[in-house]
Amino acid sequence: MHLHHTDPALTDIIPPTAPRPGGRSGPLRIGLGGPVGAGKTATVAALCRRLRDTLSIAVVTNDIYTREDAEALLRQAVLPPERITAVETGACPHTAIRDDISANLEAVEDLQERIGDLDLVLIESGGDNLTATFSKGLIDHQIFLIDVAGGDDIPRKGGPGVTTADLLVINKTDLAPHVGADLSAMERDARAARGSLPVVLTCLKDQHGIEPVADWVCRRLADLTAARS
Amino acid sequence: MSSVSLLILGDGRFPSGGHAHSGGAEAAIAAGRVHDTATLEDFCRGRLATTGLVAASLAAAAATGYDPLLLDAAADARTPSPALRRVARKLGRQLMRAVRTTWPDPELDRLAAALPAGAHQPIVMGLAARAAGLTPHDAARAAAYDSVSGPVTAAIRLLGLDPFEATAVTARLTGDMENVAGEAAGHAARLPADGVDALPAASAPLLDITAEQHAAWPVRLFAS
Repeated sequence: MHLHHTDPALTDIIPPTAPRPGGRSGPLRIGLGGPVGAGKTATVAALCRRLRDTLSIAVVTNDIYTREDAEALLRQAVLPPERITAVETGACPHTAIRDDISANLEAVEDLQERIGDLDLVLIESGGDNLTATFSKGLIDHQIFLIDVAGGDDIPRKGGPGVTTADLLVINKTDLAPHVGADLSAMERDARAARGSLPVVLTCLKDQHGIEPVADWVCRRLADLTAARS
Repeated sequence: MSSVSLLILGDGRFPSGGHAHSGGAEAAIAAGRVHDTATLEDFCRGRLATTGLVAASLAAAAATGYDPLLLDAAADARTPSPALRRVARKLGRQLMRAVRTTWPDPELDRLAAALPAGAHQPIVMGLAARAAGLTPHDAARAAAYDSVSGPVTAAIRLLGLDPFEATAVTARLTGDMENVAGEAAGHAARLPADGVDALPAASAPLLDITAEQHAAWPVRLFAS
């Protein structure tokens, strides 16, 4: 575990899962958004490796150029190929996760039909800008990822992704000394911008680097199970 | 019935998945056939007169209340490219999802149940128009506009065209779209007498060929 990451147990004070739109049934859907290079695909891959033995998982990628991210996941063999689907976004990745979610909904439903008993669907957005957020019609919770090398002023600049995502991940903490980024300022600014919403710092290169994100995902699943029982 | 319903159905922001499709424009741009507003206008006029007319006729036909399953088979027969048949059904399924919430109607539910993998998009558009209280002629207008607005929007993104000039292309084609819609409504009106043979079978072979090629590109921005 990385020295800098924050124990999610202390900060994770999201209220119990809000009612799902339209009383939706089926697997928990978590969206992962963030700028290009923040580590979205690496996070999805690490989550799959960490959780695939205990949960039935599928992934939808939203690629800017056709199937790039889906193929990266296939190459890494994090899940069997039938559990990974790519959605094409017509040069407009944020439209496909927010304004017109129809292609993503189809992809999720096709996976549900194909696999059957899914627990969790991870929907990865195409690399986009700081204003990209997911529609509640598509996902239950969203994770926004930024990385240390993208500039330590991003948490201060804010934007809907940083301020409103259910979990903010500041990734690549190992790069901080190399790019002159002030990690503590990033974390402080992020917390100031987000109020009670959780922030975790991760270094996916570490052996257990994904743990704080995996913990958070498991808590959301537990919330959903509790809400349904 | 309200004309505003037609605006809603034709709106490029109607959430039915069209934004990820270029209507063949991406392939035409890559081949250099479309490179400015003049060539975009030629492309759109050609598309409108061929597949646009067929789509508008299918939409008008569905809006008359004609059996959508017969129309769907007729659409298959008029779409030689397997890639374009897949796209038409995919977009039809996405449009179905959007319109069932926008204008709930048992006819839509029945078609969705009969063709869970999706009906051809113009047929769903025709039924949507019907559910919204619009006429077959209006359904044809929506389909004709859809056949032009998709490539224009894609060309703005792919070529960096001046969006005002690109929108002027759409505006200059208004008369063509009205003519196509009128012709399509006329074809649909002959359905009771002639069955689906009343519907035109115009095609654009180059669009079919490049759609097949485009579907096999390893890197592309648009799904079709």
